[in-house]
Parts: sequence; structure tokens; C-alpha cells
Amino acid sequence: MSRWNQRKRTLALLGCAALLLCAVTVAGLLFQPLAMETDFANKQLAPGPGHWFGTDWMGRDMLARTLTGLSLSIRIGLLTAVVSALLSVLLGVTAALGRRADAVISWCIDLFLGIPHILLVMLISLAFGRGFVGVVAGVSLSHWPSLARVIRGEVLQLRQTTYVRAAERLGVPRGRIIRRHMLPHLLPQFLTGLILQFPHAILHEASVTFLGFGLSPEQPAIGVILSESMRYLTTGKWWLALFPGLSLVLVVLLFAALGEGVRRLLHPASAHQ
Amino acid sequence: MEPILDVEGLSISFRQYDRGAHQRTLPVIHDLSLSIAPGQVVAVVGSSGSGKSLLAHALLDILPANSAREGVIRYRGEPLTPARTAALRGTEIVLVPQGVTYLDPLMKVGPQICKGRREGRVREACRAVLARYGLPPDTEERYPFELSGGMARRVLISTAVMESPRLVIADEPTPGLDARAAGRILGHFRELADGGAGVLLITHDLELALTIADRVAVLYAGETVEEAAAADFTTPGGLRHPYTRALWAALPQNGFRPIPGSQPAPGEIPTGCRFAPRCPRCRGDCQETHPAYRSFRGGMVRCDFPGEVME
Amino acid sequence: MKHRLQFAGKKLLRMALLLLGVSLVAFLLMSLSPLDPLQTNMGQAALGSMSEEQIQRLEEYWGVNEPLPQRYLGWLSDALRLDFGTSLLYRQPVMEVIGQRLASSLGLMVTAWVLSGVLGVTLGLLAGATRGRLPDRLIRGYCLVISSTPAFWLALLLLMIFSVWLGWLPIGLAVPIGMEASQVTWQDLLSHAILPAVTLSITGVANIALHTREKVVDVLDSDYVLFARARGESGRAILLRHGLRNILLPAITLQFTSISEIIGGSVLVEQVFSYPGLGQAAVTAGLGSDLPLLLGITVVTAAIVFLGSLSADLLYGAVDPRIRRGVARHS
Repeated sequence: MSRWNQRKRTLALLGCAALLLCAVTVAGLLFQPLAMETDFANKQLAPGPGHWFGTDWMGRDMLARTLTGLSLSIRIGLLTAVVSALLSVLLGVTAALGRRADAVISWCIDLFLGIPHILLVMLISLAFGRGFVGVVAGVSLSHWPSLARVIRGEVLQLRQTTYVRAAERLGVPRGRIIRRHMLPHLLPQFLTGLILQFPHAILHEASVTFLGFGLSPEQPAIGVILSESMRYLTTGKWWLALFPGLSLVLVVLLFAALGEGVRRLLHPASAHQ
Repeated sequence: MEPILDVEGLSISFRQYDRGAHQRTLPVIHDLSLSIAPGQVVAVVGSSGSGKSLLAHALLDILPANSAREGVIRYRGEPLTPARTAALRGTEIVLVPQGVTYLDPLMKVGPQICKGRREGRVREACRAVLARYGLPPDTEERYPFELSGGMARRVLISTAVMESPRLVIADEPTPGLDARAAGRILGHFRELADGGAGVLLITHDLELALTIADRVAVLYAGETVEEAAAADFTTPGGLRHPYTRALWAALPQNGFRPIPGSQPAPGEIPTGCRFAPRCPRCRGDCQETHPAYRSFRGGMVRCDFPGEVME
Repeated sequence: MKHRLQFAGKKLLRMALLLLGVSLVAFLLMSLSPLDPLQTNMGQAALGSMSEEQIQRLEEYWGVNEPLPQRYLGWLSDALRLDFGTSLLYRQPVMEVIGQRLASSLGLMVTAWVLSGVLGVTLGLLAGATRGRLPDRLIRGYCLVISSTPAFWLALLLLMIFSVWLGWLPIGLAVPIGMEASQVTWQDLLSHAILPAVTLSITGVANIALHTREKVVDVLDSDYVLFARARGESGRAILLRHGLRNILLPAITLQFTSISEIIGGSVLVEQVFSYPGLGQAAVTAGLGSDLPLLLGITVVTAAIVFLGSLSADLLYGAVDPRIRRGVARHS
């Protein structure tokens, strides 16, 4: 085989994706002032030199707005993905350890999965009064069921293994069993679950904001930008929707690639590929 | 008589990752040789992890994609090329696999035996084969999960007998069965050999293998270490390799004495004789030089000091 | 048969309990909202110019002052008689609003559901069968890009291309603006529904195709496919004889769980195309704090999702011989 076997390629890809995402996050923070700067002399400009992504109805630079929006999306995505992944582990492990807790939590999982996801995010966001708090609560409190179900299944399986049963018979304290014999096995599942939550979290944040249940219209979030662009679509201002959306897709793709790469590296069966 | 199957120096290796991004080649079977004549049952005996099943898969050219195969396999005197294997497998060369997981769980047994052919002739043949193995006629209409362990094995043999095979490869056809049922299943393979086919019986159970085999090839750490006639197993003195003798001594009727230690895993193979670390007769040279496979007293052996009687 | 009925009965009971839970959770979430429905809908200025009496009447209308448990129990006892109250924004019974909206959404959703199912399974089969080769890579690439694309942006993109740029299809709504209901032809309805339905289908395909591919790969790695190869069955025969049969069961589950995603997607897509369906009504109700309507929509969509998973369970029992015959043997 060549020096660049599959794992080395995956690692290189991981590094590039992470680097790009960091760059976008930082750039967004730097461009924040520019994203809010209005210039009515240069409004509704098509993409060209000076304004690569064009300008909007208030003459604001769309590139700066897009970068700021992406940066916001990434930060909210990180926050919500981490919160919901932690919630998943907590609930998944609790469910697997006690029969009554399992009944309650499994029922909650079914209940949450029964409401169409976007509707659920809308409802939770409403309960928290919309805005930043609303969208963060909505996305992080609605994403846990599927990962919690995976973790629960994994823990139930681990409890059946001989080494855990032996440790139980030997009277090893429960906390120690969880720490020493279960968490190391759950870590890969958790990590991949966490990273695979990012794309969903980002997409849902943008969607809910787009519908008007998320970040406020003053903020240059991607959802807000795209929602505003709707008003100018029929008059042919295509750049207002095309570039911000395309950039969002690219960012989500990068996260998806990151998650897939980590999954592949952590998955034991990939030794044979 | 011209052998049906002649394997010479077969090696199989896998490509895999060990740590991080480092890739390595893992040899699993090394320099395996054996031959089978028509009407013969040749047993390949080895403990689990010696690469037995891969031998069956290599002969049928159904190894996984990340594996590589070397050596020569001849079928009725001609090399077994991939194209030739594809034409012969399932008709002249048949596999009898280990158990019920090799049947499609959602398809009735009848269509599986008939391979989906619906002509009346085939259906009749199927019924005849089922009857031959004492399976009730309604077996055709059952799903695999409705078969008992013994029935499943007989169904698997039926799939092989539907054709008129010249070479039958049986991969561990008896585990999970009690001694009587296992004996009956093996009896069916003897019948096939008596009908003129060559039978390759792959198993970990030397005792059972000896009940029907004409010759026995012993596998250790992916290599054949001895090929002996079944009759050689009546006394330990008839055997050539220390490992074969150790297997013999471990049989219940011969004292049930196990040998200490375990087979080296692929990737941890010693450079010299592979059995050296566990061999009671091991001496200086054995650790360094890898012994060749050679003829000895009417059989084959891979040992530089063959046939020495153990205390 | 008795077992099957018992099984269905148990599932129905669980479903009823879950629906009760959904209504409670949704009710709590909406009531917890710090947003004042009066301010949201009247505006601060309008409220300021009103008399105390007017405000009180409005507060009564929006149900602001009643204590929570009482309000929920009141809603529940009506809901059990299938009376979901009156929509505050539309000033019509909630059931009527939902009925009208569902009628216009249903066409979109069913089309997308069938299309994405058929296309998804086909593409998944193709990808699994050509694992690692070009068709597989293309299909996986498509699925990855689509699942990274927000449905509403895809809708915007299609709208820009086919309605604004090419001018082939109308920009939005379910019927031409200002046309009498009697004048609307089915061509009008169809041309307005094409883009939303296509958007929903494109999005739905990705998930189904990817999961089907995983199953196909599992099946092709199984012992029984190895044995089929050892018996000289060709790749095509293996795929048709063993592959299709063994992905049927997971495909049923997938198809029915995708209902929830299709409904979720329709909320976004209808918003972009201003399509007067259930999803758009949900957004309007949410933004306008129309509690009875939003609650009604949540309960009805959850009921559809649960009915979907119930159908999947029942179908499973009818199709899988291990359940069908296994149960028959016990009884």
C-alpha cells in the first residue's frame, strides 16, 4: 500500500476540517462590526470586487454577515451539542441501571420522538421566550433521545458481559464499576455521538431561527439572513440566499466529515478496511 | 489414482491496521499442503484459531477482499483459477457450512435447497434428498428458525447432495450436537465418499474425525505439521510430530492429558519451529530454523526430529 | 391471532398514554412561555390605548388568568370529546382549521413519503451492492450533501431556479392569487404543489438511502450470503433473492419512522412556499401564541407519528415469519 493509507488520509482530513472550522469561527468574530455597518450608498449590490457576496438592502456586506452568522451557528452548535450529549449520557446510563428509571426514561424518549422534531424545538423555544436562550434550550433539550437510546442499549449490553457481572459478584461498588468498566467502552460511542450532533444542532438552529422562533432579527444569524432574503427573491436578488446558504451547507459538511472521520478511527472493525 | 484436490504451499494473509495509521500484513495460513483422492475422507484437524475455515473459503474463492492468497490449488489435475472455481462451486465442489446461520433466515428451506429453481424435477429431487436424510416432507415449508440443530445440519448436507459433487468441503459440521447425532452426520459424509466423492472434513475434534477419516492432516498455527493415515493413530508410536502426539494423548481414551500453553496468535509467530515453545522435545536449533514439510515413514511431517518416542 | 390482538391492544394503550404525555408536555411548554399573547398580537401601543375593561376582556379571550391545572383539565375534557377548542387567530374551531390544513398538506406529504421511500430503497440497494465503487460513492456523496442542507434553503434554491429564473412554476401558495375556489383547476393545484413535494422528497431520500445501504452491507456480509456465493449463486441473484428479502423488514421500520421527518420538513417547506398547510399553520400559531391551535396541531401530528409506528409494528408481525409462526406455535 502507498504511504497514504486510509487512516492517514482520514487523519489529514480531520485536521483540515477542524482547522477550517476554527478559522471560520475566528473570522466571524473579527468581522462582527463590519456585518452590522450600513452603507445606503451601496445597497443591493450584486457580488463583485469589494463585496464578494454582494450587499443587502441596507448596504451591509454579505460576506461579513455570512461569516458572522456562521461563527454564531458554530458556537451555538458546539454549546447545544455538548449539552445534549451530556444529557444523553446521563439519561442513557440512568435508564440502563434501574428498572423503574428505565421505564420512565424510555417513555420520555418515545414521547419526545413522537413530536416532529422541528415542532418540538419550536415549543421549547417558545417556553423559554424565543431568542438566544430559547433556541439554545430548544436545540439542546430536544436532541438527546436518539443518543440516549444508543447509550442505554450499550450499557445494557455491557452489564451482561462477564467482566462486569464478575465485578458485581465480587462486590465492587457500583460507582467504581461504572467508572472503570463501563465509561471506557462508552467513550467512543459518546465522542462520535457528540460530533455527529453538531450538524443536526446547527441545522436546527438555522431552521428555527428562519421560522422566527430563534435568534432575534437584529442578529446576523444565517436563519435571519435567509429569512430576510425571501423578501427580495422575486426581484432577482439571488446572492442574498445563495451564498449564505451554500456556506452553511459547507460548514455542516465539514462537521459531518469530522464526525465520520472520528467514527471511522474509533470503530474497531475499520482495522480491516 | 489422480487426486481430486491437490493443495501445495497455500498461504493466506490479511491486511489490517494495528495501531493508529500503521498497516500490517497478518499471515494466517502458511505453506499448507494436502491432497485428496476420490473416495477418500481427509480430515484437517486443528484447534480454533488455526485458520481452518479460511482453508474452505480459499478453496471456494470466497475470501474477504482484504486477504491475499498464494500457492497452487489443483482440481482434477488442473489449476483452480478464479474463473474455473466460479464455474465449479455449487455444482462439482460443494460446501457444507457450520450451522443454521448459513441459511437465509427469511426464506423457507425448500427454495433454499433448490436454489430457487422451480421445475418439478428439481422439487422432486429435493424431496428425495430430504427423505434420504430422514427429514419429514414438511421440512421444505419450514423456516430455518424452526429447525433443530441436527435437522439444520442435515438440511445443509441436503443442499450439497442436490448436486452430484466430486468434492465436498465440510466446515465443522458437528459442533453443538451430541455424540450420537454427530456420529450420524459424519456417517453421511462417509457415504458420500463411498459414492466416489472426495471429502475434506475440517474440524477441531480429532476423536470424531478418526471415526470416518482415511487420512488426517494436523494444522498448527496455520501450518500443516503432519499428514498421517487414520490407522497411525492407534498407537502414539505411529505418529510423527510431537503436536500430533500431544493431541493423541489429550484424547479421553488415551489419558486425557492436555499440553500446557496455547497456539501463538497470527502476528506473534516464532521464527523457528512454530511448536517449539510448547514442544517437550525442543532443542537448540528448533528455536531458530523453521523446519521443512517432508515425507517420513509413509506420511508427511514438519519436524527436524520426527518420530521420537515420548516418555 | 389472540396474541396479535393483545399485542395491538397493548400498543394502542401505550399510544394513548404517550399522546396524553405529548399534550401535557406541549401544554406546559406553551403556558410556561414568558411571551404575553396580548402584546404579541396587539402590540404595546394598541394595549396602551385600551381601557381596563377591554384589556380584561382580551385577557379572558386569550385565557391568561386562569390557573394552569384548571386550564389543562378543561382542555383535556373537551379534547377527549374531540373538541380542541377555538383557534384564537383564525376564530374557527381548531379541528376545522386542522382539517382544512391537513387536507392541503396531505397530498404533499404522501407524495414525498412514497417517492422518498421508493427512491431511497432503490438508491440504498444500488449503493450497498456496489460498495466502495463509483455508484456507491456518488450516492453516499449525494446523501451526505442533502442531509447537510437545511430543507428551507433547498426550497429557496429550487424556488429561485424554477420560479424566478426559469419561470416554469408559480412562486408560492396553493392556488393562484385572487382566484375563486370554483375556478381553480387541478393543473393549478398540481403546479403549486410540485416544488414543495419535490423539495420534501429530495430531503427524505437521503436518510432512507443511507440506512438501506447499511442494511444491505450487513446482509452481504452475512454467513448466508457467503454460503450462497459458495453455492455459485451470482451477485445479482444474491441481491434479488436474499438482499431484498432481508432488507424488507428494516425498510418497513424506516419508512414509517420517516413520517415524523416528513412532517417536520413540511413545516419549513410550506413556510418558504407560503403553502397553506398544517406546517404553516403551526408556525403562525406559534408566533401568534395561539395555544389551542398549536396544541391541537402537536397532538394531531404526534398521533399520526404514533399510528405510523403502530402500523410498522403490526406489519412487521405479519411479514416476519419468526414473529408470525413463532406466535402461532405458542398458542
